[in-house]
Amino acid sequence: MNIVVCIKQVPNTNEIKINPETGTLIRDGVPSIMNPDDKGGLEMALRLKDQYGANVTVITMGPPQADAILREAFAMGADRAILLTDRKFAGADTLATSYALAGAIKTLDYDLIIAGRQAIDGDTAQVAPEMAEHLGLPQVSYTVDLKYNNGLCLVKKETEEGYQMLEVPTPCVLTVLAIANQPRYMSVKGIMEAFDKEVEIWTADKIDVDPNRLGLKGSPTRVKKSFTKPQKSPGQVYEVDAEEAVGIIISKLKEKFII
Amino acid sequence: MEKTDYKNVFVFAEQRDGVIQSVALELLGKAHELAGVLNEKVVAVLPGHNITKHAQMLIEYGADEVICIDEPELKDYLTEQYAQTICQVVNKFKPSILMIGATTIGRDLGPRLAARLTTGLTADCTRLEISEEGELMMTRPAFGGNLMATIMCTEHRPQMSTVRPGVMQKMTRDANRKGNVITFKPEFDKSKFLVRMVENVKVDKGKVDITDAKVLVSGGRGVGCKEGFEKLQALADVFPNAEVSSSRAMVDAGIIDHDRQVGQTGKTVRPDLYFALGISGAIQHLAGMEESDFIIAVNKDKFAPIFSVADLGIVCDLNKVVPLLTTRLAAEIEKK
Ligand SMILES: Cc1cc2nc3c(=O)[nH]c(=O)nc-3n(C[C@H](O)[C@H](O)[C@H](O)COP(=O)(O)OP(=O)(O)OC[C@H]3O[C@@H](n4cnc5c(N)ncnc54)[C@H](O)[C@@H]3O)c2cc1C
Ligand SMILES: Cc1cc2nc3c(=O)[nH]c(=O)nc-3n(C[C@H](O)[C@H](O)[C@H](O)COP(=O)(O)OP(=O)(O)OC[C@H]3O[C@@H](n4cnc5c(N)ncnc54)[C@H](O)[C@@H]3O)c2cc1C
Repeated sequence: MNIVVCIKQVPNTNEIKINPETGTLIRDGVPSIMNPDDKGGLEMALRLKDQYGANVTVITMGPPQADAILREAFAMGADRAILLTDRKFAGADTLATSYALAGAIKTLDYDLIIAGRQAIDGDTAQVAPEMAEHLGLPQVSYTVDLKYNNGLCLVKKETEEGYQMLEVPTPCVLTVLAIANQPRYMSVKGIMEAFDKEVEIWTADKIDVDPNRLGLKGSPTRVKKSFTKPQKSPGQVYEVDAEEAVGIIISKLKEKFII
Repeated sequence: MEKTDYKNVFVFAEQRDGVIQSVALELLGKAHELAGVLNEKVVAVLPGHNITKHAQMLIEYGADEVICIDEPELKDYLTEQYAQTICQVVNKFKPSILMIGATTIGRDLGPRLAARLTTGLTADCTRLEISEEGELMMTRPAFGGNLMATIMCTEHRPQMSTVRPGVMQKMTRDANRKGNVITFKPEFDKSKFLVRMVENVKVDKGKVDITDAKVLVSGGRGVGCKEGFEKLQALADVFPNAEVSSSRAMVDAGIIDHDRQVGQTGKTVRPDLYFALGISGAIQHLAGMEESDFIIAVNKDKFAPIFSVADLGIVCDLNKVVPLLTTRLAAEIEKK
């Protein structure tokens, strides 16, 4: 079985702070990580490999430094790694990103394509379903568990009310939640070997695409402006004992006609 | 594509088991406002099975027209069945705007559809406006709620967005509103229906959805334990329509169910009154509650960031405040 896992390098948004003077994001010194949902997806693929002997290829589109997450994937147990990197990809929205990834994956052998549900930076959760459409494959999103049997996937999908069990034949695209599993650590041997393995560098010429649909040129959406949220002006804060506190709360609730 | 061929504001009317979802009504409210600016119509697209009877309700909440697609294949949401349906509706009726609730259904359907239609999609919007040029400006949080971005899609149609549930305001239902109901018959390519639903399991949590509550008594790590939350429940019981909710810290600790979590990875709520008790006010929590009408925060740390969004802040031990407040409030309400 051939499995392709889409992984993205993201800034750890947990550690992003806002500069109170300029109201902009401080990205300096913020560590880059493998997107958490993608790591869950990679773990899911590696478990299939442990069970059935699959061949796991990881692919990312990004700048040259995204090499780091591909090496991490090697150290966890991936067999092949592809870095799609080219200026022509720059400025891509989700449609152009998914189109480029699909163009690269088309040239590979695959039975199962796994992606994360959502990247913690762009936060759209759109790339994988759009990619599935470009590839003409069925999709299941919000995957928290997978049982594979002879070309058939039984997928547990999380919903607002509970979950669904869905059956889908390979080839297909699944998007996985980080809570699906506990990803393995990189092995020491894996880390040693990861440095010697080859990360294949692919440019736009190498993949099956119409160059007009790549990058900013191929992106229907434009970020017109971005800003940090305006702070609402805080109300009054009282440092008082419980007795007084309750008095203040009740009179406020009356004033606001809540009681 | 000829931009001028595309007109009207379309809303995907999500239903589950034949029940119209609250987010669909919220979107109709917003669509009504946007269509007013554009001088266009609000059209609800309602796919499902035996659902035509709900069309009138969509009209009463703001639709001028309802397109019903009533087919057994559409009983439960499945990506391909719905994507083929809505894609054909869009190609025939050519909307300028298509809004979809950002639920697990909408966020599965939206991108599939956008790629099929080769148009842009803005994810999980919290604000929608029309620019002076008549284009849709879609504002959404990114980077874990740290950044807001305004996105436009000026060269492609329809302009698509998924919209976060709980953010837009419904119109007041008006039983006298009139509108058209149209039936649309899709042509299915069933060879592409490859996903089969084996089971749809609802885990009955036996309580009201926190997004519907008028008052939320929300607790965080400062509440600490199950017993602490029982005290919060006692406070909630004083109000006629109050529920207990929580920060993620208490969900991760296994004390509260995930469906009670407020915030970026939980629910967005907008009650009349929100108590934040022992919640520090992390940005991911604020993202889910700061639009509440009135926020009361109780925290023993006077520098807690929750105070920056609170309308009333109390620096005190919540273990002392909550029981006393419960008795006093009960007495006040009794008096009435
Ligand atoms: C502030 C801001 C807001 C934005 N809003 C939008 C918007 O509303 N609509 C829009 O179309 N674009 C938007 N974009 C652009 C979008 O962020 C980029 O196209 C980005 O490359 C992909 O989107 P994402 O990070 O949301 O990924 P998601 O769609 O959340 O990613 C889902 C999964 O797809 C896979 N994946 C995603 N990107 C890659 C990659 N580069 N390599 C390998 N696998 C990948 C991963 O498995 C990932 O878990 C926005 C950008 C910014 C800066
Ligand atoms: C990707 C991502 C998504 C997230 N999504 C969410 C989300 O959806 N919702 C969410 O809530 N969080 C979310 N978080 C987590 C968030 O960052 C915080 O960790 C979390 O909200 C903290 O919960 P808390 O305020 O209850 O706990 P803490 O931050 O530990 O705060 C506890 C507070 O209680 C106060 N306190 C303690 N004892 C008392 C007492 N006796 N009386 C009064 N006050 C007391 C303390 O002073 C403190 O301020 C997310 C994080 C990430 C990385």
